[in-house]
Amino acid sequence: MKWGYTISQPRAINLDTNDYRLSNWVLNNEPSLLRCFGCGSCTATCTAGNLTSFNFRKLHHALRLGEYTRIKEEVSKCMLCGKCRLVCPRGVNTRNVVVSIQKAIKEYEAIL
Amino acid sequence: MDTPRTIHRNWKEYQKEIADDHFYYARSCIRQNFFPGSETAYLNILRNDLSLDVYDDPKHTTCTGIGYHTDIVPLETTMTVIARQFALMTEAGYENFLPSCVTSFGLYVEILDMWEHFPELEEKARENLYKATKREFNKPKNLVHTSDLIFHYREKIAENAKYSFVDVKTGQPLKGVEHIGCHYAKIFPSKGIGGSEFPYVLAGMIESWGGTVVDYPERRHCCGFGFRNYLVMANRGYSVANSKKKFESMAPYKPNFIVGNCPGCAMFLDRWQYTIGEMEHKTYGPNGRGIPVLTYEEMTGLVLGYSPWDLGLQMHQVPVEPLLDKMGIPYNAEEKYLGINGKNLGKPQLPQNCVL
Repeated sequence: MKWGYTISQPRAINLDTNDYRLSNWVLNNEPSLLRCFGCGSCTATCTAGNLTSFNFRKLHHALRLGEYTRIKEEVSKCMLCGKCRLVCPRGVNTRNVVVSIQKAIKEYEAIL
Repeated sequence: MDTPRTIHRNWKEYQKEIADDHFYYARSCIRQNFFPGSETAYLNILRNDLSLDVYDDPKHTTCTGIGYHTDIVPLETTMTVIARQFALMTEAGYENFLPSCVTSFGLYVEILDMWEHFPELEEKARENLYKATKREFNKPKNLVHTSDLIFHYREKIAENAKYSFVDVKTGQPLKGVEHIGCHYAKIFPSKGIGGSEFPYVLAGMIESWGGTVVDYPERRHCCGFGFRNYLVMANRGYSVANSKKKFESMAPYKPNFIVGNCPGCAMFLDRWQYTIGEMEHKTYGPNGRGIPVLTYEEMTGLVLGYSPWDLGLQMHQVPVEPLLDKMGIPYNAEEKYLGINGKNLGKPQLPQNCVL
């Protein structure tokens, strides 16, 4: 049957059903990320963010909510320059967070 | 913190005045097309079971609600058409207006509110109506939705009930999901019983007639009709997604039926179950079937012992027989698709990918 439309997927974030294995793996690998209070200094100084849509704060937020759509594409935009790490007032090892996400994506590719 | 006094005051604000008798009835475009037995049953219930005076006027037209909410009909036209409905009511000698559709009810309330705040708009509507038809009108003294009136007489109906929402095999109350149309009280909370937060109009009926009401997370979510969300085919995916969200939320509570007071909601909650079944092979009732959907007129008719086929239950997408069996209502399956004169109406095509 030709319907002329498909059922729209909800954009709501369901914290009960999301799979947190990937984000837990990253947090275990780089526990300093737990100290982040979301000030956005990392994003403000980001070299890649000047040239692309890369946004470390958004990436972190999506990671903690278990929302992994487009995370693979986004994380590949980071140039690992480390300027974010220099300005972080909480001392988060942001560069290792990005590297950990890249490793976790390979580990948990099935849930992406 | 709410004290008993503020709670009492708040609850009083959520009540509305419902006249006892003498109503001018305005039909619904959607209701009479998709659930054609409902409005006839409603008039029979009011006239024969409750002995009320209701005037069913063949001269009235659409309220323009669907056109208004899709930005097709201009506000001035809507006001003039509504002024004409009130003129017909006045000419018939009635003061209580009884619209069958929730969209119409919301629109009448909205226009009356606009006229109260902007009297010049009312003057303009009166002028337009007079120029076009030479008619004049009085505003209704009492404006209630048809479900309000059934709610008003729910205990009297319970006294005359032949069946109730109790499982005849187990003696347990049946679980009903009540769905209130958005335009009933979400626009003007003071005009609905229980307001927009605690609408009690359908819950009161279910409880008075022996059932229990399911309180599920998405209880107040829209059915998804949304007018333009449905009328433009490319947007229908958004419309059906809203109903799907509700079904997924209510399914774990295993409801025995859904009842709606809005013609659009009842239609979409019924038809979208078929669409979701066909598209995603997913159903939400027991044994891979759907959840039966009733209009409140049909629900009242069943309780009062009307024949399911006279109520038009054969016009539903999701078969209602499982509910009839639970309530112990007898029916002849062979008469399901026979018209009033015994003529065969023909059987609908069966779904391909779901049972329903």
